[in-house]
Amino acid sequence: MSKILQVKDLELSFHTFAGEVKAIRGVNFDLNKGETLAIVGESGSGKSVTTKSIMRLLPESSSEFKNGEILFDGKDLTKLSEREMQKIRGKDISMIFQDPMTSLNPTMTIGKQIMEPILKHQKVSKDKARKVAIELLNMVGIPNAENRYKMYPHQFSGGQRQRIVIAIALACNPQILIADEPTTALDVTIQAQILELMKDIQKKIDTSIIFITHDLGVVANVADRVAVMYGGKIVEIGTVDEIFYNPQHPYTWGLLSSMPSMDLNEEKLYAIPGTPPDLLNPPKGDAFALRSEYALKIDMEQPPPFFQVSDTHYAATWLLHPQAPQVEPPAGIIERMRTFPGSRYYEATGGRA
Amino acid sequence: MVKYIGKRIIYMFITMFLIATATFFLMQTLPGSPIQSYSKLNDTQKAIVEKKYGIDKPKPVQYAIYMKNLAKGDLGTSFAFKGKSVNDLLASRMKPSFILGIQAMVFGTIVGILLGMIAALKQNTFWDYGSTFFAILGISIPSFVFATLLQYYIASQWHLLPVGLWNDGWKSSILPSLALAMGPLALSARFIRTEMIEVMGSDYITLAKAKGANGFEIAFKHAFRNALIPLITVLGPVAAGLVTGSLVVEQIFAIPGIGEQFVSSIMVNDFATIMGTTLFFSAFLIVVIFIVDILYGVIDPRIRVAGGKA
Repeated sequence: MSKILQVKDLELSFHTFAGEVKAIRGVNFDLNKGETLAIVGESGSGKSVTTKSIMRLLPESSSEFKNGEILFDGKDLTKLSEREMQKIRGKDISMIFQDPMTSLNPTMTIGKQIMEPILKHQKVSKDKARKVAIELLNMVGIPNAENRYKMYPHQFSGGQRQRIVIAIALACNPQILIADEPTTALDVTIQAQILELMKDIQKKIDTSIIFITHDLGVVANVADRVAVMYGGKIVEIGTVDEIFYNPQHPYTWGLLSSMPSMDLNEEKLYAIPGTPPDLLNPPKGDAFALRSEYALKIDMEQPPPFFQVSDTHYAATWLLHPQAPQVEPPAGIIERMRTFPGSRYYEATGGRA
Repeated sequence: MVKYIGKRIIYMFITMFLIATATFFLMQTLPGSPIQSYSKLNDTQKAIVEKKYGIDKPKPVQYAIYMKNLAKGDLGTSFAFKGKSVNDLLASRMKPSFILGIQAMVFGTIVGILLGMIAALKQNTFWDYGSTFFAILGISIPSFVFATLLQYYIASQWHLLPVGLWNDGWKSSILPSLALAMGPLALSARFIRTEMIEVMGSDYITLAKAKGANGFEIAFKHAFRNALIPLITVLGPVAAGLVTGSLVVEQIFAIPGIGEQFVSSIMVNDFATIMGTTLFFSAFLIVVIFIVDILYGVIDPRIRVAGGKA
């Protein structure tokens, strides 16, 4: 599989009145052609900031790349001028936002809004652009597109608006589509429809998707690979099966345990104790150590490096160090691991739940 | 839409009727009479004059006569200006006031919008502070002070433009228009700055950026129209400010406009002219507010009247 995007050692800070907030503290990941990579993590873990920095949509005045590179198409996106970025945005990389109620311009017809990137990036006539826009509307499932094309955003429902935002993002057949919590603001039935739509579209136009979410249910549904972010770093990355059935990082354990499940009969849903780390003064060692019951002494001293679990699976936790003591993951996690070939709790007899 | 406009026009007439009634009775409570300055007249002569102008009749009768004439568009006869009809007086003086008002409005809002845009797009820079300072000056300096300053420097010291009067064509209108424009200019600049900053932070601007739009397209194609909506709201009252501002400014520049005539008619208790001018100003304001409401729909599709195509 060819890599379409490589993020290497990315560090980014925000300058605020209170001081320098280290929002991203060394993020590494690759995006392969045609795959969907989900980035999960709690609020403030840096998942949105990571993707916004790929698009360079963060305010230039207050944000600063401290280190690292974002390689796309042989270019380092962190070094491009605003002009050069404008040629990439909307054409090669495009984005879907969280809240469809606010992400469309209320005073512009949706047709115009869809045509905008087409006219901007492709040398086509207005008539041709209009045809493409109507095709896009049909593709994303807006009925009666020829007539509705001239309507304004307020004349559409939330789910329809998100479809329109998706149509805008797809207007120039981007190589990378970044979806920043595209279903969070929608109700559950609409969520499922939008996810279905995104999967269909990926098959049709063969784009790579970075899918940001904090909803693990959504991840299981759409992702090929998953990166778990915590405190401005990726703490574990692997295929969706590896993350769901052989998780290694205590934070991933916490995330999975706090997901409601049909199988477990526990009355109380698990919640990770404590609060996210203060990135104004990031912790010295493992950012999750203070909230983790599995923390080792070294977690307070030194940040853990990535340990390889398999060819595709890496986790940054000292627990994977050869000298680390064996710990017992939570019961629910062991339950999951039993079904995963290659995990230490694997039972050949147990079928996957 | 047609139905809506029709309804609005009916309301406008009702408003005018109420204003006319209120002004009429308020005028009656003023001390003095239009003929008190005719001190040489004896009582019999006064009675003749009063009879001629119809002010000997009981108030309700006067009111009925006035309203009947008003319905025909007749504003009555001036007491002070040698028996000329108020309609003629207004007509002859409308032109300068209108030119000044429109020029000030157009110049003030356009320059104000530009200043506001610059301030918002270059937030917290020299440009922002400069434009803010300018706007605060515009709001806090009364138009008559500004008018006097303009007269002193531009006209009297540097001899660039006429000091006053209305006899040098368009040149005569420049200074008074400038003096009048300061209010709307400052107000539009403040409004547009605040709104633009807010709009530029909204999600659809980020989306426009994510589409690859450049700074100019974002500011003018996406942000501007949305930032304009609140400004439109205050433009009505701004127009009112221009009207009242022109009373003073016309006086300062000795321009034979409606404002100047209004002031002099108040001085001599010229009931009919005061009434006529008040009604004229009110009508002007009501029409402006009506236009503003229509503009709303043009700019913001969400406020468009149901079923209508603006």
